Amino acid sequence: MRAMAMTLKHELIGLSGVVERNIYLTKRYIFWDVAFFVWTVANTLTIVFIAEGIVATGGEIDVEQVTTQLLIGAVVWAYLGIIFAFLMETVAWERWEGTIEYTFMAPLSRAMHLGGTGVFAVIYGLVRASLLFVVVALFFGLSMPDANFAAALVLLVIASVSFFGIGMMTSVLPLISPEKGAQLGFIAQGMLLVVSGVYYPVSVLPQWMQWLSTISPATYALRGIRASILDGAGLAWEDVWPLLVIGAVSIPLGLWVFHRGELYAKRHGKLKRSG
Amino acid sequence: MTEVREAVPLEAVPRRSPPAVDVLELRKEFRRRDRKKGRFGRRRVPALDGVTFTIRRGECVAILGQNGSGKSTLVRLLSTLLLPDGGSATIFGHDVARESRAVRRLVNRVSVEASFFKKMSSSENLHYAARFYGMTPSETRVKIPEILTRVGFPADRRGEPMENLSRGMQQKVALARALLTSPVVLLLDEPTTGLDPRSKKEVQEFIREVRVEHDATILLCTHDLDEAEELAERVGILDRGRLLALEPADDLKHRYGAETLEDAFFAATGRGFEEEGDEDDDREVFA
Repeated sequence: MRAMAMTLKHELIGLSGVVERNIYLTKRYIFWDVAFFVWTVANTLTIVFIAEGIVATGGEIDVEQVTTQLLIGAVVWAYLGIIFAFLMETVAWERWEGTIEYTFMAPLSRAMHLGGTGVFAVIYGLVRASLLFVVVALFFGLSMPDANFAAALVLLVIASVSFFGIGMMTSVLPLISPEKGAQLGFIAQGMLLVVSGVYYPVSVLPQWMQWLSTISPATYALRGIRASILDGAGLAWEDVWPLLVIGAVSIPLGLWVFHRGELYAKRHGKLKRSG
Repeated sequence: MTEVREAVPLEAVPRRSPPAVDVLELRKEFRRRDRKKGRFGRRRVPALDGVTFTIRRGECVAILGQNGSGKSTLVRLLSTLLLPDGGSATIFGHDVARESRAVRRLVNRVSVEASFFKKMSSSENLHYAARFYGMTPSETRVKIPEILTRVGFPADRRGEPMENLSRGMQQKVALARALLTSPVVLLLDEPTTGLDPRSKKEVQEFIREVRVEHDATILLCTHDLDEAEELAERVGILDRGRLLALEPADDLKHRYGAETLEDAFFAATGRGFEEEGDEDDDREVFA
């Protein structure tokens, strides 16, 4: 029992080490982060302006509602991008710096190693996504008097468990293809959101895409967050339970996929190619 | 002299324990592109071909070999970073493939490249790395300045990004990282290659010191014949994945009727130490 407690303590200290490392890196690259944030704001504006554009070309819509709906989609897209990017960098960046071998030979379980990356990614992603939401909402002067932001935030955190599980599966790609693996991860991000109704209701999708949307955690996250912000709804169980189920499946599956990728890399010498 | 933290107390490794390193018929192959077989043609290149040896607890063994001889492959296999294709390797009785977690608690490694997050400082790099071995912030706050002082790293440069440091300085931090976790087995893969003579001497002196004071078992893969002779009790010759000999330097010279280790290497392999053929280049295995 005592040995188990000691092992758990060491594992949690290891997890905190991954978080600590990401804090150091974020501090060292803070100006790059500011630059990327500006880019994300610009990108979000290009999407959110679509609502104004529809009215300008004669369409009749509730501009404030459509603007908010598009903004939520863009913010979730950005948030998912941050989670996936951090997990992808677990391998890609470390391989670039050459530290991956030292990380992989440390007596730290892969669950805690990836868990540390996930914890930091979620905290960092929530801060960035909230800032993005506030900046763009202020830009358009959105009022959102009924919004239940707390429920939206809690749902995003619950959905993050599933995003993290799927992110683990994609983070193995740079191990298999060091040159192109990271880009493949962004394809997964796009596929996930396109079937989840990122800027539109899922009902407009072809039937087969609607079926796929039922296994995407982003579907329930987007639906629940929109309901909370647009209508002031609280946490809805019909959004929460699918997220819990998908999370319970995706985390062990993600770890298993990463483990298989790690074995492949160790069998073929892909952790480092020379030197 | 400061004490290094005992992540794995040496008392935990029984005196009458298995050899520190026990390698038996170890094989590793890599699939490489075969230019003769067209775009998708592949061939198997043996990086290690039936290597067998043991290292006693507290012993220092040097392995000499040219680029492509399989030295780094051997170190990576023992570090659990590669999976063997055949044979076995154990560290104090723990199989590197099947009991990798137990092995990782016992070994650490310093390679020719001091790999760090280059924008982070030496202190930051050591702090997060120590956490992976279960060291708490209160422990590292004390131990990291101590160990950096011990390797001769200037106190006023501890906050500087690694990219601003010379290779010699970076290698000292790499040594500090390896020793911070108190490894029972230290794997050194060309730790002094590319260093200026002064840094080289300092690193070699430090390796000697660690061995005496920390009772560490050391496997030193090197290009440097003098370094091998000075630091190691036994010297091995690894050529094209095969371990041709492993014995004390004097015995090696005697066996091949050579006056120097370089002559012995030439006699054993049929080529000079610095001489590399196309075949070595073609192998494209870990150097």
